[in-house]
Amino acid sequence: MDLNIAAQLNSFLAAFVLLTAFGMLVQRRMYGLVHLFAWQGLFLSINTAIVGFEAGKHHLYISSLLTLTLKVILLPYILHVLIRRLKLHKEVEVVVNIPLTMLMGIALVIFSYYLMAPVSRLSTLVTRSTLAVALATVMIGLLMMITRRHAVTQIIGFLAMENGLFFAATSATYGMPLVVELGVALDILIAAFIFGIFFFHISTAFDSLDVEQMARLKEEE
Amino acid sequence: MITGPIGIIFYSILLLFLPVLLAPLLKNNQRVLINASFLTASAASLLGIVAGVWTVGGAFTNRIILAAGLPDLPFHLRLDPLAGFFITVICLMSFFISVYSLGYIKGYLGRRPVTSLVIFYNLFLAGMMMVVLADDALFFLISWEVMAAASYFLVMFEDERIENRRAAFLYMIMAHIGAIAILLSFGVMAGLTAGLGGFNGYTFDAMRQAQFPIGWATTAFLLAFFGFAAKAGVVPLHVWLPEAHPVAPSNVSALMSGVMLKTAIYGIVRVTFDLLGTFPWWWGAIVLIFGLISAVMGVLYALMQHDLKRLLAYHSVENIGIILIGIGLSMIFTSFNFPMLASLALIAGLYHTMNHAVFKGLLFMGAGAVLHATNERNMEEMGGLIHRMPWTAALFLIGCVSISALPPFNGFVSEWLTFQAFLLSPALTSPLLKLLIPLGAALLALTGALAAACFVKAFGVTFLGHWRGHRMPHVHEADWFMRSGMILAAFTCLVLGVLPTFFIDWMNIIPEQLLGTKMGAGSGAFGWLWLAPVARERASYSGTIVFLGILVVVVAAYIILHVKPGAIQRVPIWDCGFGKLNERMQYNSTAFAMPIRRIFGFLFHIRERVKLTPAGAYPAVPKRLHYYLRIRDRFWGWLYRPVVEFSFWMSRRVGRLQQGRIQAYLIYSFITIIVLLVFSK
Amino acid sequence: MNIYRFVIEFLQIAILLTIAPAFTGWVRMLKCWSQGRTSAGLFQPYRDIIKLFSKDVLLADNASWIFRFTPYLVFGTAVLAGGIIPMLSLELPIASAADVIVLVALFAIARFFTALAGMDIGTAFGGMGSSREMTIASLAEPAMLMAIFTVSLASKSTSLSQMVHVIYSGQTVIRPSLAFALFAFILIALAETGRIPVDNPATHLELTMIHEAMILEYSGRHLALIEWANMMKLFLFIMLGAATFAPWGIAQTGEPAAIFAAFLIMLVKLVIVGAVLVIIETGLAKMRIFRLTEFLGSAFLLATLGMLSYFILE
Repeated sequence: MDLNIAAQLNSFLAAFVLLTAFGMLVQRRMYGLVHLFAWQGLFLSINTAIVGFEAGKHHLYISSLLTLTLKVILLPYILHVLIRRLKLHKEVEVVVNIPLTMLMGIALVIFSYYLMAPVSRLSTLVTRSTLAVALATVMIGLLMMITRRHAVTQIIGFLAMENGLFFAATSATYGMPLVVELGVALDILIAAFIFGIFFFHISTAFDSLDVEQMARLKEEE
Repeated sequence: MITGPIGIIFYSILLLFLPVLLAPLLKNNQRVLINASFLTASAASLLGIVAGVWTVGGAFTNRIILAAGLPDLPFHLRLDPLAGFFITVICLMSFFISVYSLGYIKGYLGRRPVTSLVIFYNLFLAGMMMVVLADDALFFLISWEVMAAASYFLVMFEDERIENRRAAFLYMIMAHIGAIAILLSFGVMAGLTAGLGGFNGYTFDAMRQAQFPIGWATTAFLLAFFGFAAKAGVVPLHVWLPEAHPVAPSNVSALMSGVMLKTAIYGIVRVTFDLLGTFPWWWGAIVLIFGLISAVMGVLYALMQHDLKRLLAYHSVENIGIILIGIGLSMIFTSFNFPMLASLALIAGLYHTMNHAVFKGLLFMGAGAVLHATNERNMEEMGGLIHRMPWTAALFLIGCVSISALPPFNGFVSEWLTFQAFLLSPALTSPLLKLLIPLGAALLALTGALAAACFVKAFGVTFLGHWRGHRMPHVHEADWFMRSGMILAAFTCLVLGVLPTFFIDWMNIIPEQLLGTKMGAGSGAFGWLWLAPVARERASYSGTIVFLGILVVVVAAYIILHVKPGAIQRVPIWDCGFGKLNERMQYNSTAFAMPIRRIFGFLFHIRERVKLTPAGAYPAVPKRLHYYLRIRDRFWGWLYRPVVEFSFWMSRRVGRLQQGRIQAYLIYSFITIIVLLVFSK
Repeated sequence: MNIYRFVIEFLQIAILLTIAPAFTGWVRMLKCWSQGRTSAGLFQPYRDIIKLFSKDVLLADNASWIFRFTPYLVFGTAVLAGGIIPMLSLELPIASAADVIVLVALFAIARFFTALAGMDIGTAFGGMGSSREMTIASLAEPAMLMAIFTVSLASKSTSLSQMVHVIYSGQTVIRPSLAFALFAFILIALAETGRIPVDNPATHLELTMIHEAMILEYSGRHLALIEWANMMKLFLFIMLGAATFAPWGIAQTGEPAAIFAAFLIMLVKLVIVGAVLVIIETGLAKMRIFRLTEFLGSAFLLATLGMLSYFILE
C-alpha cells in the first residue's frame, strides 16, 4: 500500500467519521443513534490501523483493536441493553429543530477548519488535514449534548466527543502513548457503567430520562 | 451648443421639462394633455436610448460644466459608459412605460384630473437621468432630491386614501434618512479631498484623484451604502418599498420598481468602484451579505402576499439583493486582485440590473392592466382572467418566466452568470471565504426556486382557474397602447435572454474602465451563440439553442400529433362525483403558500386562528369557519418600533419647551444668541 | 465529421425516446416481483402510451391554452435535455448549449408550466399538487446547486463533457467529496423525479398525490406526452448521475464501435440503477410532507459536507 493511497483512505475515513457525527446529530431514533455510534467507532478503528501501518507505529494497532472492542462492540451493546431494559422511547426528543441543528453543525465545521488551518500548515504528517475534522467531531458531539433532551443521547454525545478527541490524537501526533490510551479507554468504560447505573436510578426516581425533569431539582424561591 | 451623446441627453432632459411647463396650460383639456406629455416623454426616452447605447458602444466620456446653481459652484455633468448604461436602462423602460401610460392614464379621465401626475412623472424621469449624469456632489444631491420629491408626489397621487398618505410619508422619511447619509458620505469625501475650507473637493473628479485614509474611506463607504440601500430597499431598510410601490399608479410603480431602485445601484457602483477605487475585501462581504439577506427575505415576504402589486414590490427587494450579490462578489474579487472574475461578477450584477428593470416594468404594467380592468388588487378575489385578457395574460406570463430565472428568458442569463461567479470563488486565497461563499450560492438557488414558486402562485391565482370573488366584474382587455408597452418589454426580455452575448459585448467596456479587464463573453466560431464567461470548457450557455431547441421539438410534436385531427371534447371538470365543486374551493394564494409558510414561518411574526361556529344538529360539521391570518415583518418590531418610540419620547420631551408664551420663546432666542456669541468669539 | 456528430445527437435522442419507457417498465417489473405480484412486463409503458395517443382528448371547460401547451413544452424540454447530457458520446454538437445549471433550469421550466397547468382548471387537487411541487422544488434546489458546486470543484467546470473528461484523464483518486455529492444527488433525484419517499408515482389517493395531482385532468395525447416526458425525466436524471459520478463507458470519440460499447454499458448501468431504485422504494415508506424539510435538508447537508471535505481533506 503506497503512502498516497493510504493518505487518501485516511481522508476518506475522516469524511465518514464526520458524516456519522452529523448522522448522530440529526438522527431521531434511539437505536439508529447507537448504530451510528458503532459505525463511527468502526471507521475510527480502521483509520487508526491505517495510520499505524503507514507511520510504522505498531502500538496504534493495539489502540485500533481497543477501539473496535470497546466502541464498536461493548459500548453499543451496553447501550442497547440499557435502552431495552429501560423501555425508552424510540423517538428522540430534540430541543432545537433538526434543519437548524444541521446548519449549526455546518457552521462548526467551517469554524474548526478556520481554527485548524494554521495548525495543519505547520504539521508535516500525512494526516494533518484531518485535524479540522477531528475538532469538528468534538464540537458536534458537544452540540449534540446541548440540543438533545434525553440522558442516553447525552451520553452518546459525550462518547462521540471522546471519539473526536481520539481522532484528533491520531491525526495530530499519530496517537497518544499507549498507557494514556489504555487509561482513557478504561475511563470511558467506567464512565459508561456509572452512567448506566445512574440512568437506572434517575429513571426510577423521575420515571423518565428526560433531562428537563432535572430542572425541578433547583431550590424553590 | 452642446454636442455628442451628452448633448442628446441634455436636450432630452430639456424636452422632459416641456410637458411640465405645458401642463398648467392644458389643464382643461386632459385628453390632449395626456397625449402630448406622454408622447413627449416617449420621444425624450428614445433620444436617451440612442445616446446611452452610443456612449457605451463608443466608450465615450463627455463632460460639460453648466454655470448654473450657486455662484462659483457650477454643475458638472459627465457621461461615461457606466452612466451611459444606466441612462439606457432608464430610458428603455421609460420609453415602454410612457407608451403604456398613453393608454393607462386615460383610465383616470372623468375620474380625477391628472395634471399633477403628468408634471411629476416627467420631473421624475428628468430627475433620474440627472442623477446618473451628475459629476459633482451638489448636482447629484439636487437631482436625487428632485427624483425623491417627484416620486413622493406620484405616490401621493390618489391622496384621498389614508394608506397612500401613510405610505408616501414613510417613503419620504426613509428617502431623507438615506439622502442624509449620502450627503454625509460625500461630505466626508469632499472634506478629505480639499479640506473643509473650500468647496473644491465637491466634484467627483477631485474625489477620484484623492487618496483616502482607510478609516475615513470606510466611513464614507458605509454611509453611502446605508444611504443607497435605503433607496434600493435592501433588507432591513425595505419597509417603505412594499407600502409605497403598490399604492402609486401602476405606470409609476413600474418606473419606481423597475428604474428608480437602479439609481441606487448606480450610486453604489459609482462610489465604490469609481470614487473610492480601492477597498478591503470585507466591504464586498457586507454588500454580499446584505444582498443575500435581501434576496431570500424579499422572496419569502413576496410569497406571503396576496396583493398583486405588493407581491411584485417585494420581488424588487429580492432582485436588488441578487444585483448586490453580483456587485459584492465583484468587490471581493477585486480586493483579492482577480480582475477577470471581478468583471464577470460585475457584468452579472449589471446585466441583472437591466433585466430586472425590463421584467419588473413588464410585470407592473401587467398588474396595472389587471387593476385597470378589474379594479382589484387582491389576488384572493381574482382568477380566470386569461380568458378575458388573453394578451395581458400571455405578456404577464413572459414576465413571470423571466423573473423566475427560467431559460431562455433574460432573468436566467444574469442568474447563471452570478452562479458562475460564485463557482469561481474557490480561487480566493482566504480559507474562510472559500468555505462561506458557496453557501451564498445555495441561498441564491433557494431564492430562484422560491421566486418560481411565487410566480406560479401569482400567475396561477390571478389568471388561471375560475374567478374567486363573489361577482365577476365586467373585465376588458387592455387597449393597444398598454399592450404595445408590454409587448415591447416582453420582446426585450426574450431578446436579452436569447442573445446575451451582444449585450454583454456592448457593456463590457464598463468593467474594462472600472476594473481594467473585460469579461470574456463569446469564444470560437459562432462566438455570439455561446455565452462562456471564462472558457468554453468551464461553462457555457446558449440561450439561442435552448430557445430554438424547445421550439423545434414543441412544433414538431404538435404537428405530428395533429396530422390526424384528434377530437377535443370539452367536458366539465372531474369533481369525484361530488357534484358541488365551486370556485371557492380552488387553491388561493394563502393556500398555495401554506407549505412554505410552515417551513419558513419562523422568519415571520405569524398569527393564525381558526374559529368554528358549530351548527345545532351536527356538532361535527361546523356551520361557519372563520380563518384569521396575520403575517408581520419582524424587522418592524425589532428595528423601527424602537426608533419610532424613541422619537416620540424625544418629541414629548422637547415638547415641554413649547410654552405658548411669547416671552418664553424670546428667552430661548436670547439664550441662543448669547451662546453663539460666546463660542464664536 | 460534423454531420456524423449530429447523427450521434439524433441517436441519443432516439435512445432517450425509446429506452425511457422500457426503463420505467423494468422498475415496475422489479417492484412487482419484489412484492410478490405478477408484472405486466417490460413493454407495458409502451402499450399505455400508444393507447393514450389513440384516445380522444377530454378537456375541462375552463382549460386555457396553458393547459394544452404544457404537455408539448414538458416533452420539448425533456428531449432537449436528452441532446445535452452525454449518454453515448462526448461529441455532441449542442452539448455546450447548456451546463449542469442550465439543465437543472430546463427541468425547472417544465415544472413551472406543469404547476401552472395544475392551477389552470381550477380544482382543489390541481392547486394542491402545484403548491406542494413548488415547495419541494424550492427545497431541493439549494441542495442541487450545492451538489453541482461540489462536483465542479474537482473538475473546475460545470460542463458535463468536461467533467467526464476530467474523470477519464485523472488518476484514480478516492474523493470523499464526490461520494458525498453522489449521496446528495440520489436524495435530490428521488425528490425531483417524484419517487418514494417524496412522492408516490403509483398513487391516486388524494392526500398523498403531488405530481399526479397536477396532471389529474389530462387525457389522451396530452397525458401520453406528459407520462412519456416523465419517464424520460427519470431516465435523464440517471444519465445525469451516470455522467457525473460514473461516466465509464461513455465514448470519447465518435467511432461506431465505441458508441455501441457505450450503449451496452449504458444498458448495464440502467439495469443496476433500476434494481437500486426498487430497493430504495420498497425499503422506505412515503414521508409526511413536512418531514421532507429534513429529507432535503440532509441532501443539502451531504452536498455541503462534500464541498467542505473537498477544501479540508483534498
